[in-house]
Amino acid sequence: MEYIKNIKKSYKLKYNITYYIIIAIVAVMSVMSLTGDLKRSTMGLLARIAYSIIMALSLNLVVGFLGELSLGHGGFMCVGAYIGCFCANYLHNVIGSPLLVLIIAMVIGGISAAFFGFIIGLPALRLKGDYLAIVTLAFGEIVRNIFKNLPWFGGAMGLSTVTYSSNSLFIVGFVVVLLVLFLSQNLIRSKHGRAVTAIRDNEIAAKAMGINVTFYKLLIFVISAAFAGVAGVIYGHFTTPVMYSFFSYNYSIEVLVMVVLGGMASLNGSIIAATLITVVNFLLQDNLSGDLAALRLLIYALILIVVVLFNNSPAFKPIREKYSFHKLLEKLSSHRKPGTVTDDKADWNKIESKIPMDEVLSVDFRTEEATPASDFTEKEDNDNG
Amino acid sequence: MNIILDGLGLGAIYALIALGYTMVYGIAKLLNFAHGDIIMVGAYAILTMLNMTGNPWLAVIVSVVVCTAAGIIIERFAYRPLRSASPLAVLITAIGVSYFLQSLAQLIFGAKSRPVTLPALGNITIFGASFSVATIVTLVVGAIIMAALTLFVNFTRTGRAMQAVSEDKGAAQLMGINVNRIIMITFAIGSALAAFASLFYLMQIPATSPTLGSMPGIKAFTAAVIGGIGSIPGAMIGGVLLGLIEKICLSIPVLSAYTTAIEFGLLILILLVKPIGLLGKKRRVKV
Repeated sequence: MEYIKNIKKSYKLKYNITYYIIIAIVAVMSVMSLTGDLKRSTMGLLARIAYSIIMALSLNLVVGFLGELSLGHGGFMCVGAYIGCFCANYLHNVIGSPLLVLIIAMVIGGISAAFFGFIIGLPALRLKGDYLAIVTLAFGEIVRNIFKNLPWFGGAMGLSTVTYSSNSLFIVGFVVVLLVLFLSQNLIRSKHGRAVTAIRDNEIAAKAMGINVTFYKLLIFVISAAFAGVAGVIYGHFTTPVMYSFFSYNYSIEVLVMVVLGGMASLNGSIIAATLITVVNFLLQDNLSGDLAALRLLIYALILIVVVLFNNSPAFKPIREKYSFHKLLEKLSSHRKPGTVTDDKADWNKIESKIPMDEVLSVDFRTEEATPASDFTEKEDNDNG
Repeated sequence: MNIILDGLGLGAIYALIALGYTMVYGIAKLLNFAHGDIIMVGAYAILTMLNMTGNPWLAVIVSVVVCTAAGIIIERFAYRPLRSASPLAVLITAIGVSYFLQSLAQLIFGAKSRPVTLPALGNITIFGASFSVATIVTLVVGAIIMAALTLFVNFTRTGRAMQAVSEDKGAAQLMGINVNRIIMITFAIGSALAAFASLFYLMQIPATSPTLGSMPGIKAFTAAVIGGIGSIPGAMIGGVLLGLIEKICLSIPVLSAYTTAIEFGLLILILLVKPIGLLGKKRRVKV
């Protein structure tokens, strides 16, 4: 029982700390924005970080937890941004409060993206791996192409939207981040989340255990798409006009990079990576202009290649093991042992079960072994004697 | 008639690029996203050589050499260290390489699109209808290259070794095949094909920019998947099919704006009916 208590304790500290950190940072930032100490560009950056984090979290559900590669996540964001902001443009005439409009738009954007997530989830039931990846890529391109040409959405000029006040958009954004984080964490740690990771680890085995693979794959696609749609609405309220070209294949890849750099199936990792990449992009964009803008992509590409090589190449294995981040964390938090059990690697053997199996087994083992062994030694003694 | 011929010409370009994707996938099991950018490298090589010497033949030869070298270098430094890593890690590296090539080109040549003046081939009149010579050259040369490749893969020692590696890497190694060498050769051939594709592409659209390769790359990748990725005849069929559809859609005014959507929609449709592509090999999954 002591052990379970320990686990619970460490759960509390470990899983809530992300919320505390985000809340603390946002609180400081909002106070600063109220007093006017925050630059406009910084507030814009914060809004960008917010929707990047939501995108990374939602893609991580598909790639990290369901184990299906999606290369068209920008497509869902595109649907959310266009449809959500399109409705928001009308709602502004009816409802006075921009916050309420933003919330309704987010709901509408989320639902419409979820609908497309359902449609894309359907082929996902038949396709696997690379084939599914190309279908998602195709979906992203189709969505872009259609929104570019539909006359109601502004065509090639993009959909002009009413931007939300940049003083407070990032606060709304981060509230949504917290909500998304909360929902995905609880989903992953629920029975349903366990089923999803089981499908990722071995689909056939999961099926054999009675897991409804169809249902869970669709569920994850729908939820992930909905989150991406919400991120799209935030994007639409951050910048105007909403351009179809933003949601290109390159953007989907950028989100994928956030997920992979942060660590597959690690929500906290996604948050950190999304923040880092957005900030780095912002800084490089600010400092490099003209043809030097290419330098930004070059640095970005090199970081990407080096990080992946470093993490995966056998040549770097000794260095990796010597200076691993996890080891450092373990050293820092060594006083919390044996509570340092990660979610996925929980040592279930150590948790007491109702039947003390070890005791039963060990008793039988000893009594059976002990008698012939003692006989044997006695015999030997006798012979010698 | 002209539309169909144009479509076949474009299809030949897509097929040449798709062959690079499909061969690399079949043998190394990796989606080489940087393949589209090899076309861009080839295009810039042609541009540079044309500006320096003005000799188109030399330009083509240099572009093939440069692309092949680029393919081998990329394989050696970005993909070989990751041979045993997860496919996703390799995919991310491929994307990194793709960005790297694009931004490098932008740094060297600038972001602006630059015109490439290949010698004009003009039109030819057969049975009263006029055809673009460039398209016919594309078609003929493309067909020759593809036939040669099929012969190479099926009837030479190296080609057989490639088939063996794609079937079972471990067993091939036990049979005395140098797997790393075979993979390198595959990359070299795929990149050389991309160089030809870039030449034909420039014959149709005579300008090059750092992002030249990305859209044809994605389309060719689609073509490879339609044909069944890993299958060489599949890539050819898929490429030609996609090229035809693109040109036909572009010629119909109502549909022309939605060409991309139709092409990718077709991909989804085909995959829904036949999840392994038209000529893909079915793999049994064992628990």
